[in-house]
Order: sequence, then C-alpha cells, then structure tokens
Amino acid sequence: MASKKQPELDGAQALIMTLSELGVEYVFGYSGGAALPIFDALETVKSNIKFVLTRHEQGACHMADGYARATGKPAVVLVTSGPGAGNTITGIMTAQMDSVPMIIVTGQQVTWMLGKDAFQEADIFGITIPVVKHNYLVRETNALPRIAREAYHIATSGRPGPVLIDVPKDISQSPFTGDLDAEIDLPGYCPEKGYDIDAASLEEAARLINLSKKPVILAGHGAMISGAEEELMTLATKLDSPVTSTLLGKGVFPESHPLALGMLGMHGTAYANKAICECDLILNIGSRFDDRIIGQADKFGANAKIVHLDLDVSEIGKMIVPDVTVLGDAKTTLRQLLPLLEPQERPEWNEHINGYKKKFPLAYKKQGGLRMQQVLDEIHDLTEGDAIVATDVGQHQMWAAQFYTNDKSLKWLSSGGAGTMGFGFPAAIGAQFACPDATVISVSGDGGFQMTLCELATAVIHKLPIKILVLNNHYLGMVRQWQELFFDNRESGVDLEGNPDFVKLAEAYGAKGINIKRPADVRKKLQEALEYNDGPILINAECIKTDNVFPMIPAGAALEDMLTEPPKHKMAKPVGST
Amino acid sequence: MSRAITTADKKPSPRPDVNGGHTLSMYVNNQPGVLMRICQIFSRRAYNIDSLVVSQGRDPRFSRLTLGISGDPAGLPQIILQCDKLVDVIHCFEHTPDNTVVRELALIKVKSDNAERRTEILQIVEHFGGKTVDFTESSVVIRIEGASDKVDASIRLLNNYEIVETVRTGKVVMARGEQST
Repeated sequence: MASKKQPELDGAQALIMTLSELGVEYVFGYSGGAALPIFDALETVKSNIKFVLTRHEQGACHMADGYARATGKPAVVLVTSGPGAGNTITGIMTAQMDSVPMIIVTGQQVTWMLGKDAFQEADIFGITIPVVKHNYLVRETNALPRIAREAYHIATSGRPGPVLIDVPKDISQSPFTGDLDAEIDLPGYCPEKGYDIDAASLEEAARLINLSKKPVILAGHGAMISGAEEELMTLATKLDSPVTSTLLGKGVFPESHPLALGMLGMHGTAYANKAICECDLILNIGSRFDDRIIGQADKFGANAKIVHLDLDVSEIGKMIVPDVTVLGDAKTTLRQLLPLLEPQERPEWNEHINGYKKKFPLAYKKQGGLRMQQVLDEIHDLTEGDAIVATDVGQHQMWAAQFYTNDKSLKWLSSGGAGTMGFGFPAAIGAQFACPDATVISVSGDGGFQMTLCELATAVIHKLPIKILVLNNHYLGMVRQWQELFFDNRESGVDLEGNPDFVKLAEAYGAKGINIKRPADVRKKLQEALEYNDGPILINAECIKTDNVFPMIPAGAALEDMLTEPPKHKMAKPVGST
Repeated sequence: MSRAITTADKKPSPRPDVNGGHTLSMYVNNQPGVLMRICQIFSRRAYNIDSLVVSQGRDPRFSRLTLGISGDPAGLPQIILQCDKLVDVIHCFEHTPDNTVVRELALIKVKSDNAERRTEILQIVEHFGGKTVDFTESSVVIRIEGASDKVDASIRLLNNYEIVETVRTGKVVMARGEQST
C-alpha cells in the first residue's frame, strides 16, 4: 500500500514516475483535454523524460518509431482522446508490422461517459486491437504503475511491438494510493521461452546445413532485434555461405562484405534472387518470409531445404513450410547452432554467384537527366554509408535500399510491412533525437514528404541537423511504374500536379532549402547540405519523372521471373499479393 | 389467454456440424475485451464461429472458452498459434471428438395442441433422456442434454412436429484423461 514517504500523487504522476523509472527518455506527443492530467504530470514530476511537441499525432508515432529503430529502446507517444488517438493508428500499425517497440498513452473521456458518445470519445481500445501487440483500457488508478510496467515489458520483450494504454481522465486525475512498485502479472505471456532452444531441432537443422553444398543465409529483422550480428558473421564465414537480407534486415550483415548479396525480393538484387533460386538450402534467421521476398509461394525455394529460425511460433509455416524449425531468439539459437556446424569452403558456389554480381550489377545511367539513384549513390559515398537513413515507401525507398548499402544495424529505418508514406521524415527526427551526433538523412518522395511535412516545425525548433532529401519526380512513382507496366500506361491518380516549391516551403518554416537540378551539381550540393548543421536542410532534387525500378519481380510471380530491365512485351496484370 | 404461437426459427432443420468444423478450447484472462481480440482473429481469416461458450474458471481470474468454428482448414494451425500468442490467452488447444467429452444442452419449444401429438412428443423426449421444463395448452418446452450429435438427432425427430424455436448452449468440451483442456 501507499508508502508514507510518498507525497500525495495522482494517477498521472504515478504513470509518469513509472515510465521514467523504466528508463523512458523521450515522450513525443500532442496535447488535448482528456490528456490534461498526464501533460500536467510531465511538468510536476521530476524526471529525465524529455517531451517533444509534434505537429500531428502520426508524426509523434513515427518519431517514437524512428527513435526505437535507431536505438532498440522504446519511446512513448502521448496524445489525447478521440481524434488525437485516431491519428496514431497509421503510426501504430507501422510499428506493429515491423516489430518495433512503442508505448502509446492516450487520454480518454471519463469512465462514466464511455459508450455515450461524449465529446472526443472514441473506443481506441477496440479500434487498435488489430494493430497492437497488446493494449489496455485502465479502469483503476492504482493499476497504472503495474500496467505501465507490463506495457514496457510486452513492448520490448519477445518479438517487440507497440502497446497502447488508454487512460480515462478520471483515472489519471484521481489520487493514487497504490504500490508504485507493483509487479507485472502476465500469466499468458512467456517471452523467456525464446531462450530455451530445443536440442533435437537444433541438431536436425545442423544436419541439413552440414549436408548443404549451396546454401544461402537469409537474414531478417529478427536477427537484428536480437543483436546477432557477430554470430551471423561467424556463421557466414564458417559456412563460407552467401548472405542476403530482407529490407528490414539491411545492415545486420555488412553489405560491403564479399559474401553479402544485398537485399532479395521484389526489387532486390538479381544475384540475391538468383542465388535463392539455385541454392540447395535457405537458412532463414528471423525473417517472416514476407510476400515481397518470396513472390509465388509454391515456387520459392522449391529445390532447397528450408531451415527457419524464428522467435514467433505463429510465423512458422505461415507463408512457407520449412523442413526444419528452430524456435527461439536468433542470437541464442546461433550460439548453440555454431558448434554443431562443420567449417566449409565453397569456392565454386561463391564464384558462380560472383558471376551474377558481375553480370547483373546495380547500375544506373548518368545521362538523360537527374536520377534518384545518382543522388542516393553520391550521398552514400559522401557519408561513407555510415549515416542513419529513414525512408518512406516507393521508388525512392527501393533505390535507397539498393544504393545506400549498410554495414551496421540500426541505421536503416524504413517502413517495410506497412509501407507507410510519410514515415521517413518524422522517423528521421526521432532518430536524430536518439543519436544527436549521427548524420541522419530523411529520404522521401514528393508524395510521402507532403504527408508529414508539418514536422518541419518540430525539426526547426529543436535545430535538428537532418538532411531532408526530397526526391521529386512530381509523381507517385511506384504506382505510375505499375500503371506503365501492367495497365497500358494509363495514368490514374498519380500526377502530383500542384506540388509546392519545397525550398520556399522549408524557408517558410525557418529551415534551409536547396535545389538540385543537374546531375553535375549533385555532389557539390550534397556536400553543402552535409556541412550545414545549424538545423534541418531540405534538398529538393528534381528527378526524371518516369524512371522505373529494376530488378523487379511482378507481385506474386516467381523469383525466376525477375525482370532485370524494362520488358519488351506487354505484361499481364499481377494477380498475387498487391 | 393463450396467444397464437408463431414459429421463430426460419429454417426448421438444425444446422448440422459444418463439414470441417473444429472445436477449440481456450483458457484466458477474465477481463473485458479478451473475446474481442479472439473474435477478430477468426473474422479476419473468414472463419465463422458456430458456437461459443464462455464461463468463469474455477480460479476467477481466468475464463474458459469453447469455440465451434468452421472455415478453410489450411489456415487453422496458424489461427490457433495467433490466438495462443495473444497476451490474454493462457493456452489454446484444438480438440478432436475422440479425445474429448463433448456436451451441449438444448431447449426446444414444440407446438403440441392435441393429446395425440403430445404423447408422441413425450415419447421422443423420454427416448433422448430429456425433460419437459414447460407445459402449456399449446406448447411444450423440452430440455435435451448430451453430445451435439444426440441433440441434433432429437431435433431432427422433433422436426416431424412443429418446432417453434430452439436455443442451444453450444458445446462445451473437456479433454479425457491426463490431457488438459
């Protein structure tokens, strides 16, 4: 019960004290009536928590997301009820799809008004069930510390994800008389099982791996989340096996390593996809076999044995039925697997793949106008591939994945599963708060940037030296590419006529803005942007309007049907996936 | 004083256990919203919930759920895992008829406005070990309890008379022997 030493607290103060004690460093949010007691507690409770006022609740979520992707630690989103909470949905969904830890605290109407259509009342508990790892509607003030602790634990353990806590106003402003140190009580949640690896399945996995002549290691986000970089490197070199990674796994294995194949899948490298088609074993470490990487499911790895290491049992057999499954944390699993593996040398297999690397390199033309690839390639060069890069979704994202190769984890922040436009810029803000000394580049198209550009104010106020790259083709480029390839080039809903002058827009917010219009200017202008560190700088690159991303595997097609260049014949509309 | 009885059940024959129907049992936290989380998983995968029984467990912190469901069997193993993954779900099992005891209770209201009919109906009730729980000049309410197929069979026979309405509890299951439910 209440300790006598504690001064009188209300629920909101108990909540903020618990979050602070859990090590929460940043709260990103937007105030409002139902959250008033909690915002007040940010002022009255002495803590190390820093609050960042955003310009939109979606931005707050993506900032917390970017912070978490760059550090592995969760941040808190604090918003009000009704529309405030509603605006977080896209951000929560983005985090959930990509297993990003996040704690969202929403204000709520008073409990006796719930279900009565009161002002700014929305059933955010019900609305968010499908897009959270777990959520709470708090009905008892004294439960707040326990719930905050449970939320943190659930968000950060096992397969991470967002957890939402909906706090009615009477709950947050009532006196707190409970135990601030209340322990978690989660009988249905046992993430510790992930460290208990089944010996028999490990042995079976090792047996298949030892038999393999032409393996490919597929490294996913799970490998990164568990911090298995070192074990992965040992594994790859011990097996002398090429390593491809998913979009979210970029950097978990250095992409500059001779064994690295880069990203696989729809717009992955030709050599990664060809290696997957020809290998005799796919060793999947923490990837969920997303439809973007497998294409036509029944043809994926049809001639290969498949070993799937995953923490989440519900991912096993969801897309691809593996020959062997090992359940558990990637780092722990690899540590126990490595001693069972025989060292190998595979000059022929690797030579064969190197042949593909030479035949199908990622390349672009430097004539005919400014290409997004060139801008990304040069900024990669200038930053030595060591910047934190946050992207939206679409053509710019795929080219960034191809040309901004990563050698380290936690540097590539991209909305993978959800494919959220407007993610990159606020995510970059979150990452810059997390890593004040890092070079942070936000890469967006002109479409996505306009979805969350109001956060320019947030970046300017805090003088965040983010390089905001707007790769501007005045189109929703990826959709236009599909219309060109599959819909007889009938453009529908893709022309972004009416774009603002992005440089003037940046200046209106008090940020610096520059234009890049000619290929010859790219290096000089990027250099200038990288040297400017007094605040955000927006670089508007006027790019070729109708460039297309290759390689490409049409949605639902098999990996062997990959296009490495524009097709010469009309293509059928893809029927698989989207 | 008796009002005319109208037949409420539009389809007179009871819905047989759908081909490919499955029975799941879950042990879950006894809290608001838990059922919502579970139902969303089934509806997303186009599963129909044919029957649902929820009741407080012996430990009041938990509830027992028995679900009769039908849908594309290919998706079921993953659905079970996704239910199991929910923080509020302690465990989720699928049960087959041979390893479980299944029981269900039905209340069946049958029109019986003449003596001959009444006698016949009561014979059926007796055969199925049922009871009449309400008796009026125009109708009788019968309680039948047992495995779902027994309840189905009794309703099939009573269909020869005029069933006014039926209410079934939905099946509850318990695993036999050492297995847990």
